[in-house]
Amino acid sequence: MRIRSKLAPYFYILPALVIVLVFRTLPILSSFTASFTDYDIGGFHGFVGLSNYGRMLSDARFWQSVLNTVYFVLGVVPASILIPLFLAILLRRKLAGKSFYRTLYFLPVVTSAVAISVVWSWLFNPEAGPINQMITALGGEPLQWLREPRGIFEMMLSPLGIHPKGILAGPSLALVSLMIVSVWKSTGYNTVLFLAGLENIPDTYYEAARLDGAGRWGTFRHITWPLLSPTTYYVLIMSTIISFKTFALVYVMTPPPGGGPLGTTNVIVFYLFQKAFDRFDIGYASAISVFLFLILLTLTIIQRRVAGKKVHYS
Amino acid sequence: MMPGGGRTLALTIGKHFLLVLGGVIMLLPFLWMVNTSLQQGGLGNYVEAWTKVPFGRYFLNTLIVTVLTLAGVLVTSSLAAYAFATMKFPGRSTLFLLFLSTMMVPQPVYLAPSYVILSKLGWINTYMALIVPWTANVFTVFLLRQHFRTIPRTLYEAAILDGCGRLKYLWKVVLPLSKSVLITVILFNIIGSWNSFMWPLVVTHSEELRVLQVGLSYFNQEQSSNFHLLMAASTFSTMPLIVLFLAAQKRIVASYSRSGMKD
Repeated sequence: MRIRSKLAPYFYILPALVIVLVFRTLPILSSFTASFTDYDIGGFHGFVGLSNYGRMLSDARFWQSVLNTVYFVLGVVPASILIPLFLAILLRRKLAGKSFYRTLYFLPVVTSAVAISVVWSWLFNPEAGPINQMITALGGEPLQWLREPRGIFEMMLSPLGIHPKGILAGPSLALVSLMIVSVWKSTGYNTVLFLAGLENIPDTYYEAARLDGAGRWGTFRHITWPLLSPTTYYVLIMSTIISFKTFALVYVMTPPPGGGPLGTTNVIVFYLFQKAFDRFDIGYASAISVFLFLILLTLTIIQRRVAGKKVHYS
Repeated sequence: MMPGGGRTLALTIGKHFLLVLGGVIMLLPFLWMVNTSLQQGGLGNYVEAWTKVPFGRYFLNTLIVTVLTLAGVLVTSSLAAYAFATMKFPGRSTLFLLFLSTMMVPQPVYLAPSYVILSKLGWINTYMALIVPWTANVFTVFLLRQHFRTIPRTLYEAAILDGCGRLKYLWKVVLPLSKSVLITVILFNIIGSWNSFMWPLVVTHSEELRVLQVGLSYFNQEQSSNFHLLMAASTFSTMPLIVLFLAAQKRIVASYSRSGMKD
């Protein structure tokens, strides 16, 4: 009886533990070991040391996916902080219709990424899509959107006779279109997070600032921004991780093979997916997984360190 | 009127202008979706999309996967969270840390080895592959444990002294006191299963096992120029969750904002 009751807690945990061990811990650890092996459709062909990592270094498509991912994160994350922050500040206080606006902004958050991607593919359609129709109606030049491989800086500067090449050409318009959808989808969620953060700032601070004659910008700079920093930090980390993981948008809007026009929307997760499931090159795909994991880990550590200095926890 | 009242009014109007603009940008894609779905053929587009590929089957599959996954998650998570929250045993914090550590690693990182494990189990292209790996949810364990810990320990000790078994206490006292957090995890898990895409895309091949998201993505590739059908399919695919969201919107928004969700 006593032994039974000593063991009881483990029985409660067991069902969840088995699933977690078999379908999380085991594959996570396997992806590290698999990255040192030659493992393909024919099965396991032995350990190959670092050769998968060596192959990664000389794989131009892989580096293109890294660059595309960096563009994507740098484009999406700032917008996913600034736009929701602005909306949350507008919505703060007892504004009439607050919950109505919140519901509206939240709609894209609960809608599936696949359905959203199907809809935006139509909106961006160069021939008949509503966006180009609107542009044409306003007298503008229609764009190729998801099919446009040219970098946006190149597109903007070429009328001036400047033709930036390589990295300077910037992300393709196709990738920027994906960024727009990504920001559109996450705005509601981040707005709600910022709203919750704003509600935690006591009104007394604002009254004090008002009595001191602080203006709007001064109040924002000296009260809202520093006191909101834990939320901002959380949104920053979450948006970064979510942007790194983006898959459905890329897969549905710029479908395989290829990863968009000239591979310009081929992001790391998409490339990893192709290597693993189109080529069944598990060893190489695992090396890419480990690379992705290490990037995310490093970013989290750096962000935590920076935040440790800057974030104000009240 | 207070001095500066005019300025305040102008400011409020300005705010609403910007907020309405934001709302229009959020809503317009949905309106375009429905609008396009009703052009050239009207409601007939819906019938055609629905019958062109077995969307009924896809819905059924998604429903089966969502319900069974949810049932599994509720059982495994409440048991585990209950032990973590109320019982003392050697290795408790290590095990809890082991659970939490898996949340740090995003799914794409371990997708390929997961496939290998499933194929060793002979589960590729089965309901098992769609359901079993997701019948435990670490985030749910975490949320439930946080809540279970707030239930006074004296209540637990008194009940055990009265001869109430541990399992009975969980069922009769803990769960009824946790209705709100249970609804939160139920909503999260429904939304998560319903929208999951990468996993079912990888672990199933046959059309009989296709879930809604995968079916819609294939439909999108097959009918890439047939916008009216695509928008009809998108509309009926998104409707169930939009209806759920509108029905429980206060709760869903509050849940997201309180617990900050991992997808």
